Amino acid sequence: MRDESERKSSPTSSSEVPRKPSPGEREWEGKTLQATLAASPERASDFTTVSSYPIRRLYTEADLAGWSPERDLGSPGEPPYTRGIHPTMYRSRLWTMRQFAGFGTAQDTNRRFRYLLAQGQTGLSVAFDLPTLMGYDSDHAMSEGEVGKCGVAISSLADMETLFDRIPLGDVTTSMTINSPAAVIWAMYLAVAEKQGADWRKLSGTLQNDILKEYIAQKEYIYPPEPSMRLVTDTIEFGAKHTPKFNSISISGYHIREAGSTAIQELAFTLRDGIEYVEDCLRRGLQIDDFAPRLSFFFNAHNDFFEEIAKYRAARRIWQRVMRERFSAKNPRSWALRFHAQTAGCSLTAQQPYNNVVRTAVQALAAVLGGTQSLHTNSLDEAWALPTESAATIALRTQQILAHESGVTNTADPFGGSYFVEALTNEIERGAWDYIEKIDALGGMVAAIERGYPQREIADAAYRYQVAVDSKEKIIVGTNAYVADEKPIEILQIDESVAQHQAERLRRLRADRSNDEVERRLGALRKSAAGSENLMPYLYEAVKAYATLGEICDALRQVFGVHDEAAIT
Amino acid sequence: MPEKKIRVLIAKPGLDGHDRGAKVIARALRDAGMEVIYTGLRQTPEMIASAAAQEDVDVIGLSILSGAHNTLCTRLMGLLRAKGMTDVTVLIGGIIPEADMAALKKAGVAEIFLPGTTTQAIVDFIRQRVAAAPRGA
Repeated sequence: MRDESERKSSPTSSSEVPRKPSPGEREWEGKTLQATLAASPERASDFTTVSSYPIRRLYTEADLAGWSPERDLGSPGEPPYTRGIHPTMYRSRLWTMRQFAGFGTAQDTNRRFRYLLAQGQTGLSVAFDLPTLMGYDSDHAMSEGEVGKCGVAISSLADMETLFDRIPLGDVTTSMTINSPAAVIWAMYLAVAEKQGADWRKLSGTLQNDILKEYIAQKEYIYPPEPSMRLVTDTIEFGAKHTPKFNSISISGYHIREAGSTAIQELAFTLRDGIEYVEDCLRRGLQIDDFAPRLSFFFNAHNDFFEEIAKYRAARRIWQRVMRERFSAKNPRSWALRFHAQTAGCSLTAQQPYNNVVRTAVQALAAVLGGTQSLHTNSLDEAWALPTESAATIALRTQQILAHESGVTNTADPFGGSYFVEALTNEIERGAWDYIEKIDALGGMVAAIERGYPQREIADAAYRYQVAVDSKEKIIVGTNAYVADEKPIEILQIDESVAQHQAERLRRLRADRSNDEVERRLGALRKSAAGSENLMPYLYEAVKAYATLGEICDALRQVFGVHDEAAIT
Repeated sequence: MPEKKIRVLIAKPGLDGHDRGAKVIARALRDAGMEVIYTGLRQTPEMIASAAAQEDVDVIGLSILSGAHNTLCTRLMGLLRAKGMTDVTVLIGGIIPEADMAALKKAGVAEIFLPGTTTQAIVDFIRQRVAAAPRGA
């Protein structure tokens, strides 16, 4: 728990101490600056980040009063990890280039995966369609019009087998963006791995499995918070025992940011979600160092270059303190925050879409300079649809250019020691701690969510941003300035034949499998769900009997009930 | 005499939970003096049509980003016709490919607002539309 001694070790925020400029800086202000301002005023009275965070004209050592390079910066690969979690950073190993992909049928996506691997991509990342994300089979009434549209349709182990056909799961790392039904989809993945003869202990990848940010931002929840948290903890516990190299959760700020939060809110809510999961695992009786090394994070890479770099640096510093001081973790692998970054989908414009290549490059550069472990770059056409193959290729090439041509990978934390970046890192850290303390005071994140606190903070920030864009206080090139007439670009279209194909596959599956076996497995699952056992083994047996995703999620709906939120506008 | 407030139903049809746009629009229309009812998430066309009838709205604003617009909107427009509610203005905001726009408008959707539209443009459109063709007139 937090105590007085912990608060004292906090880096001094420059905003707390009155700024004391050096004699040299004061002289510059009085002479050079004043003369310039008198002759030509600045473009605006206030300069702010994309999150509306105020930025000063100039940062000097006066902005780092109380900041200690020893304590607050340190060296790469050592606490507080401000400079990155590896001593050599990208000199040893580049980040994993992991492009999120999925559309249509499992067969369509399998083809795209094998294309991306052939193009030099180093990890897979599965996008599932909305029915899958919501735990419905492709032939459910609620799935109408949505099958294969936002990702690949996966209704059973048979679809999962097709998805990874001719892709050896022992050799690739796979990230799966799935939350409410994460445990079910992971059971399918493990079953495919077993069928391929891959050793579970060598499997590497990431399950997103972050339900809290669904209640906060993305809203793809099925069950109420309590049983949902149990499913998350079940997977973390199962993973700690059986898949020591697999990240059983990716605690995600990405969607919080996409919903309109500020950078500080993204950071604070994500890390506070992380604390909530850790506390749930500890209540289950797990030992902190047995599971904390497998917790991973996922952040947005938005437009404001320095704000993003400072955010990633602050994230590492906060998490190591949480781990060491709040949870008394002893293993340095528990202290080091590893993260994936994705460029900001919400920053892409439908207008003049080729400009998105430039936006994405700048955002990706910030993620790299902030020390990311893996990266997804968005495609230029994603304000319109899922990417075409050629747009996805440019997005991957963007990462390869940063990695091999820009030179930014030659040294660790190139911005370390910059007055601006260090001051902004301190300020973002301070802002995040304020939120974390507020949520602690509300009784934790689940309690805060039930009161609508993070949801309201994000909705307010999103509205403020829209007002700033509408009034052109914030300029978006090609949208509210530099507008031009243009022709539509070619986009990927998913037609309804995917839904028909899936419905036919499901009909055959239900005819070919042993329905008695399915019923038995679902019955056992319901029974264990009503108790307190770890559900993973029951889910595993159910998927192996080819019970469908919808059948399994329905069995849990019967026991857990469903969640409905009061809409907050 | 104060003018009658324009009544708007903002709805999120389908499975998608991305409600940033719906919430921003709901607040902007409310700030512009309209009466706004937000349905919340995962509404079927049937639920939206009956909420619109019950709330006696002038305008239905659908927020769709998931690519399911053709199926969902066509069904909603059919339901509104069956209920004799063709005088309700139906608007779509979100991600709609150019290729699909003509068919949606032919089905009776009054306007489609793409990403980048200002909230003021939507407010102005609704005011003009309701003034030009008041419901039940």
